[in-house]
Amino acid sequence: MDRNRVSNHTTAPLPMDLHIAAQQLINGWVLGSVYGLIAVGYTMVYGIIGMINFAHGEVYMLSAYLTAIALALLAALGVSSAGWVIVLVLALTVLFTALWGWAIERVAYRPLRAANRLAPLISAIGVSLALQNYVRLAQGARSQGVPALLDGTLRLGDGENFVQITHQQILIVVVAFASMALLAWVVQRTALGRACRATQQDPLMAQLLGVDVDRIIAVVFALGAGMAAVAGTLVTLNYGSFDFSIGFVTGIKAFTAAVLGGIGSLPGAMLGGILLGLAESLFSGFVNTDYKDVFAFSVLILTLVFRPSGLLGRPEVEKV
Amino acid sequence: MATVGGGETGWRGVGLAVLTAWMAWGTAAAAEPLRIGIAGPMTGAYAPFGEQFWRGASMAAQDINASGGVNGRLIELIKADDACEPKQAVAVASRLVDSDKVDLVVGHFCSSTTIAASSAYADAGMMQITPGSTNPKVTESQIPTIFRTCGRDDQQGSVAAEFIVKKLQAKAVAVIHDKDTYGQGLADAMRHRMGQLGVKEVIYEGITRGEKDFNALVTKLKSLKVDAVYFGGLHNEAGPFVRQMREQGLTAAFISGDGIVSNQFVLDAGGPQFAKGVYMTFGADPRKISAGKSVVDRFRKEGYEPEGYTLYSYVALQAIAAAVKGAGGPDGAKASAWLKANTVQTVMGSKSWDAKGDLKDTDYVMYRWGSDGQYAQME
Repeated sequence: MDRNRVSNHTTAPLPMDLHIAAQQLINGWVLGSVYGLIAVGYTMVYGIIGMINFAHGEVYMLSAYLTAIALALLAALGVSSAGWVIVLVLALTVLFTALWGWAIERVAYRPLRAANRLAPLISAIGVSLALQNYVRLAQGARSQGVPALLDGTLRLGDGENFVQITHQQILIVVVAFASMALLAWVVQRTALGRACRATQQDPLMAQLLGVDVDRIIAVVFALGAGMAAVAGTLVTLNYGSFDFSIGFVTGIKAFTAAVLGGIGSLPGAMLGGILLGLAESLFSGFVNTDYKDVFAFSVLILTLVFRPSGLLGRPEVEKV
Repeated sequence: MATVGGGETGWRGVGLAVLTAWMAWGTAAAAEPLRIGIAGPMTGAYAPFGEQFWRGASMAAQDINASGGVNGRLIELIKADDACEPKQAVAVASRLVDSDKVDLVVGHFCSSTTIAASSAYADAGMMQITPGSTNPKVTESQIPTIFRTCGRDDQQGSVAAEFIVKKLQAKAVAVIHDKDTYGQGLADAMRHRMGQLGVKEVIYEGITRGEKDFNALVTKLKSLKVDAVYFGGLHNEAGPFVRQMREQGLTAAFISGDGIVSNQFVLDAGGPQFAKGVYMTFGADPRKISAGKSVVDRFRKEGYEPEGYTLYSYVALQAIAAAVKGAGGPDGAKASAWLKANTVQTVMGSKSWDAKGDLKDTDYVMYRWGSDGQYAQME
């Protein structure tokens, strides 16, 4: 098989045309925006309580189902303008997924706040299994589908040689950046954000100064879930089909993105996501699809060798 | 299983013989039910195929029981879920053998699981019939008690290759697979035959099961100016793949195998507007064979369309019933020997098996998905 692969490259060298390269950049950017949105949830939770929330991929999966439910609801209510449908579906999905995120923290992590570091980790794996199987039993194992809402495409170029981005993909990129900007504003400029940052730096001191740390941690879980819901809605509208198992692969990828960008850092999550998307896309497009995941994880390992706290992460300060 | 040495197998054999004898005595006394395990992906992303198995087997069991059962024993089905995971298939197989104490097995679906589980059944001297595993290796492992009611991927791949080369006259063909035993095996079989016909693929690559975004690969296919894409894999990945091809304006023909023979394919592709025009190979439509008309009608009356492997599963049960009757009991070796020597009348016509357990006649043909979201056999 290896011999064949080699000969593939010799008999048919890939044309390195500009429009193909540009198209691969778009493919990677769109995919990376989704990874980045989900990575935010991992990074925020890690930043504030130093725990990897392994159930986060499942929260993303839940949001895909909530998107379909919201779409059905709006259709039943007779909302038919695509613009309104998108806005309302996003709002409903984010709201209900954030509630899930909040509830998961309340039920599975808060009671273990005082326990050792491994207990919440195991609890997270348990939540992940429970959610996956709950959805499987409640919604069935078959994949579900939603119809395409936007089907236009923007094409640049002539005849066969064009670069294109579908309206759905534009929506993904724009909404991803808008929600990241909104989140950054909340964290940097509001009283809530200040409380979040204070809790991240020193929970005990924050508590002494009157910050309700438990509430802030719950809010962080809800915010992270909300961002995953944005990704879940956009992905569901774009790819059309989903099932109870989609949280796993995407969750692992987003976690990788968070580590790559520097876990704990918000801009790092987005940067890591986009780099991961681009790495996958370019490797798959110009080298080989079989090994794109191997390549993506090699990039991660190399980055961690030279920058152990990720691209934008701050090195851990030893507290004495 | 790995810890069982050569010396112990002898004792196992004796133990098994005693057990069989005891069970035979029990049967004579109380006409115990004939327990048949139905193993396949009952949950998970590939559950539609498990449902086809279960529906077909249930209907067959009902019909056989209504006419008095097999040798006076009524058929009892035990559902077993492997989720299309080889590891889980091994666990499920030992459960069927050791704790459910089934007499025979119909299963599994994914070739990787059928192969993984087969040694557990073979060690127990149990007959196994798969209605849906098409990888050649399934019957190439010298197990005398394994059968299938479907064709083989080397046959299926040949039909696809001839269609691509002779009918479509494609020159630049991409061969894509999902790195699984079934998907890659089928892609390799197609590629092998295509090579014999003088066409070499321009690209041969594997995607990852469970992913939804294949845009990078699609862009690459576009840059290679392919005019046909052959995909070895299942509908979960084939759907989004074909949709992204169409969205990027790649109009190349899309050809796949029996892994997409479920209406779920249209859903995964985002609707008939993307799925239409897709070609696939599958056995001549079993719903059109006159011998099965009354059974097909009854399925439809229940509101279930007996698509894909439903009738293959029905046939597997008919073959089991005939073999157990002919051999005088469910003993794996005897029933298998009987099935290889005789012809069985089934809802898909008369079937007979060769020494490996493959069907003597198979009939792969091309189908085309239409704009109504249904597939139809091509003339």
